[in-house]
Amino acid sequence: MSKSVRGVVVAHGPMARAMVDAVRKIAGDAADGLHPLSNDGKSPIQLRADLDQALGDGPVILFVDLQAGSCGVAALSSCRDSARRVVVSGVNLPMLLDFVFHRELPIDELAERAIDHGRDAIRQPLVQR
Amino acid sequence: MSIVLRRIDERLIHGQVVIGWGHQLRPDCFVLVDDQLADSDWEKQLYELAAGGSEVIFTSVADARDRLAEWGTSDRRVILLTRDIGTMRRLAEGGSLSGEEVNLGGVHHGPGRKELLPYLYVTQEDREGLRTIAAEGVELSARDLPDAHRVSLSTLLKD
Repeated sequence: MSKSVRGVVVAHGPMARAMVDAVRKIAGDAADGLHPLSNDGKSPIQLRADLDQALGDGPVILFVDLQAGSCGVAALSSCRDSARRVVVSGVNLPMLLDFVFHRELPIDELAERAIDHGRDAIRQPLVQR
Repeated sequence: MSIVLRRIDERLIHGQVVIGWGHQLRPDCFVLVDDQLADSDWEKQLYELAAGGSEVIFTSVADARDRLAEWGTSDRRVILLTRDIGTMRRLAEGGSLSGEEVNLGGVHHGPGRKELLPYLYVTQEDREGLRTIAAEGVELSARDLPDAHRVSLSTLLKD
């Protein structure tokens, strides 16, 4: 399990904590593979420092809420020159739920899968397209 | 149009600026005034990604001072940002921003900084810098978002 990809959710205000808590409510201990991080009240330097501490040495996908934001900038900055870190923006709950059950996959495949699941979950039920 | 917002915000381009202010002001372009950033290709790339497709101009203080008139009379809507008070102070030297407004948007907690507002922490040097900018004829006030309450410099520094 030690080679499994970890996830760090980086988001505004209480969103990251709330999303990880929601994953735990639904998926139980599988949520252990996720770590929440908020940008609340943090300077860019502090956010980057907290992020570096959360990332560790293994492969990590950084799920951010907005690419155009301090979370996105910090996440991209922390991935510089590292193939073991990948940023996925536009995080949503279906994306995280799929992620926690497939963490053994190679990181690039897992990131692509997360994007597909997140995007596929956005729909208007009962409306025929 | 002209420069629609001059703002001090240590995060530079981020959610509040792109979405909160951007939705109301509809900028065509962001100007980031910062000597260090102007020399860092890596950081430039990050902020271009954060701008979500809008043009970003990276410039030193010296270059920005030469181009203020150009941006001020441009047809394009410009948001000008510095990430610290000292850079805005240098930009305002000699009255180059006289008669203009500068928004204090976000300087967060750090060593030696004291809280003025939940999103604004300053050092003693910053306080002096703000007074210097005001003495150059600039109207300074704090507001993190367009709909937020505007707090004047005199209120911020009353203690």
